[in-house]
Amino acid sequence: MTYEVVIGVEVHAQLRTTSKMFCGCSTTFGASPNSQTCPVCLGLPGSLPVINRAAVEMAVRAGLALNCRINPLNRFARKNYFYPDLPKGYQISQYESPICEQGWVVVTVGSAKKSIRIRRAHLEEDAGKTVHEVGASGSIVDFNRAGTPLLEIVTEPDMRSADEVVSYLKTLRDILMYLDVCDGNMEQGSFRCEPNLSLRPHGAETFGTKVELKNINSFKYVKDAIDYEIKRQTKVLNEGGMVRQETRLWNLERGETVVMRSKEEAHDYRYFPDPDLVPLQLEKDWIERIRATLPELPAAKAARFIRDYGLPEYDAMVLTASRGLADYFERCVTLFGQPKTVSNWVMGELSRELNVAGIDAAYSPLSPERLVELLRLVEQGTISLKVAREIFPELYKSGETAEQLVHEKGLTQVSDEETIGALVDQVVADHAVQVAQFRQGKHQVLGFLVGQVMKASGGKANPGKVNELLKRKLTSSAQ
Amino acid sequence: MALHKLSLYELQRKFTAGEVSAAEIVHAYGLRIAHVEPKIRAFVTQTKDQAMAHAEVLDRRLKQWRKTEPLMGMPIAIKDNICTEGVPTTCSSRMLQHFVPPYDATVVAKLRKQEYLLIGKTNLDEFAMGSSTEHSAFGPSRNPWNLQCVPGGSSGGSAAAVAADECVAALGSDTGGSIRQPAAFCGVVGLKPTYGRVSRYGLVAFASSLDQIGPITKDVRDAALLLNVIAGHDPLDSTSADVPVPDYTKALTKKHLKKLRVGVPQEFFTEGLDPDVEGAVKAAISELKNLGGEIKDIELPRTDAAVAVYYVLATAEASSNLARFDGVKFGLRAKETKDLLDLYMKTRQEGFGPEVKRRIMLGTYVLSAGYYDAYYGKAQAVRTMIRQDFETAFKEVDVIVTPATPTPAFKLGEKSEDPLQMYLSDIFTISVNLAGLPAIALPCGVSKSGLPIGMQVIGRPFEEETILRVAHAYEQTTQWHLKKPPIR
Repeated sequence: MTYEVVIGVEVHAQLRTTSKMFCGCSTTFGASPNSQTCPVCLGLPGSLPVINRAAVEMAVRAGLALNCRINPLNRFARKNYFYPDLPKGYQISQYESPICEQGWVVVTVGSAKKSIRIRRAHLEEDAGKTVHEVGASGSIVDFNRAGTPLLEIVTEPDMRSADEVVSYLKTLRDILMYLDVCDGNMEQGSFRCEPNLSLRPHGAETFGTKVELKNINSFKYVKDAIDYEIKRQTKVLNEGGMVRQETRLWNLERGETVVMRSKEEAHDYRYFPDPDLVPLQLEKDWIERIRATLPELPAAKAARFIRDYGLPEYDAMVLTASRGLADYFERCVTLFGQPKTVSNWVMGELSRELNVAGIDAAYSPLSPERLVELLRLVEQGTISLKVAREIFPELYKSGETAEQLVHEKGLTQVSDEETIGALVDQVVADHAVQVAQFRQGKHQVLGFLVGQVMKASGGKANPGKVNELLKRKLTSSAQ
Repeated sequence: MALHKLSLYELQRKFTAGEVSAAEIVHAYGLRIAHVEPKIRAFVTQTKDQAMAHAEVLDRRLKQWRKTEPLMGMPIAIKDNICTEGVPTTCSSRMLQHFVPPYDATVVAKLRKQEYLLIGKTNLDEFAMGSSTEHSAFGPSRNPWNLQCVPGGSSGGSAAAVAADECVAALGSDTGGSIRQPAAFCGVVGLKPTYGRVSRYGLVAFASSLDQIGPITKDVRDAALLLNVIAGHDPLDSTSADVPVPDYTKALTKKHLKKLRVGVPQEFFTEGLDPDVEGAVKAAISELKNLGGEIKDIELPRTDAAVAVYYVLATAEASSNLARFDGVKFGLRAKETKDLLDLYMKTRQEGFGPEVKRRIMLGTYVLSAGYYDAYYGKAQAVRTMIRQDFETAFKEVDVIVTPATPTPAFKLGEKSEDPLQMYLSDIFTISVNLAGLPAIALPCGVSKSGLPIGMQVIGRPFEEETILRVAHAYEQTTQWHLKKPPIR
């Protein structure tokens, strides 16, 4: 028997504030252990939290972009549990009145579009990190991360496949990065996802027993873990067993999920309103002022690229995946026109280099101005497309202008008929067999002959011209 | 007159006038402490030596450049649940026996800015949970009026130190009566400000929505002087109110109470009230009438629910506030533990005393899944009703006068085996914390057995001036505050 999978997702997105959620400590990643701490984020006796306004503003930005209702009255609650990296023995979070509720986001899976409902998004503080060093007699704790603001974004159980989940996560991550509220770094844990899923017979209306998945730090593992879990649960059900309500960890080495804790071991968090923080009132005007500053989001931008630039949907999606890449593309189009040509270069050569370097287009060493100069050289026929592609990596790294580079390397394209004509004559003379084949109607050999001319020119001949002259030569001599 | 017998106001005037040096003040108090402390045991940590070093620096500087602040050179004691940078802050708990805070509470920073002299950290019931100091891990303090009696609690060390002239004034904290009840038991003045009037930053939290720091002093003027310095908004405490701070001593000029309406809630004069206390407080009310006050009977119908509501809400908050004492980062860590759970359990088992454990268990229970609505939720609802009762009453009257405690100080051991009896000793003070109101306890008589009796004056939110005015006018005509305990 096959089953329908029902999936919801919790995402913990670290907000990009310069200071922590409830104190003034820095949130910079990678500082030496416990260097970014104070009495408040260490939970020293007597210390008190104070809400970081920047974090609230970022949460509101995210909520508005996710089409959420923003709660005008915010309460913070304590979630009580013991763990060494939780300094106060409770986490300050939101329980009854999350800052954002009832939103939605449209995702694309294949050619289909689907709306995923956002149940809530709430503010909370991150915990520290417990480090278990091999061979050490105990564990050590780094509280630098403790108190970093998080936005926990929870969907309704609206997804039905691993692909939908991945698409949702990519879309959400793009949106948060566009808004500049999260850096989206999954490896460093700035964007952490925890899918929960259950199976039910096709057509059933009630949900099956839910399993939560943790410890997943890339989109690939999201898919792997969900697909593994679907198989595991299907097997359990088909063998007449019951799926147990539990939290499972993705084990990367073994490529499987393993039990972390069962429902019976689940905590009673004893949530109650944090008496150290007065309810936070959000003025309607303030929310509207934030709304007015929202940037154009990926979906809207993609639609505009298709409409205004005539780009294929694929190009529009790729280009708008990052705000930096989209801005880069638009700057080039402003300078040069020809959106599809620009798109090919930005998605192809440029993205390849950026991916290797692992940087966003916003920080590309090759400016849109310098790329456009290269495109102009091609357009004017000064260099061939092939040469342009060949010199691209060097152009990207060198900091020289395209013209300087072409000049230094003597790569200017040869277009004059006399020079090319001489090469064509030579090639025709040297390849009697292929010339005969062409004249017998086997026109595929033309490509070979063009290649030979190009080779003879050291790649500098204008391929269009070569083609034209070669055809003329072959057909004229035949008559 | 010996320096240690002076009030804060008097000592301040002598010091400002240059009649006495800071070193002379510390020396006098050092002698007094050496003499009476073995009997009273008000302090957990004495800081006479640091105070003397500080005093000498002050005196040298004042010779060059005579510029003083109101609390400069004043030997003040701080309750040991208020953080003092570099000086142990134990909360009278084994859990924090060796804890030295790396920072000052905001109130301490304010005193330090005026160059007060920290004379010592005073004893309390562990984590401020108790009404006698018998729950201190380091042993109880004694009542200077009768060494067989408790000084009250939880700020018993502060009240005893002020009453025995071991300091000129002290800070305490009040969650359900912990300033007012010991002040009443020791015959001194204790003021619990409006919730939010004084920053809680650096006060080791017991019940965050109820805790408030306040002065314990020899008379009403001194309370006003100290409140002047510690009151005000603190950006480090979101629950501190951004309300302007007046000069509270200005409220003390009027000698009469004309046009002032004084409410007397009948619910506070029922069975269980000691006849001596009843007599003294009723006489005090007559005195207020003589001063021009208009006495009115009022109702506070939910008074009987206050203790129950308090022990749900305060313990709920405490169970969470005390979770940070887990042996990981500071304070006690149990030795020879098998694993993490064992570390938690042994540390908390060894670190906390029985009353703290009792309250953590109570609080954990009332917040548990399935019980939250019946206990915590219900208690919050009743708390709102108690607050509304006061709001209604304050439409008719300007202040409310009650006994501060149902009895004078009880004997050591008398109630320590019966938590409920102990809890009931705060029955007249608790509802004030639940409503977040300001209230002052001040001496209004002496019982047949020779123990002081205290009355309580409650005011509207942020109307500390009004209760100080009433208390001061009363004090000026009756002079109960000049009665000193027999200890020499």
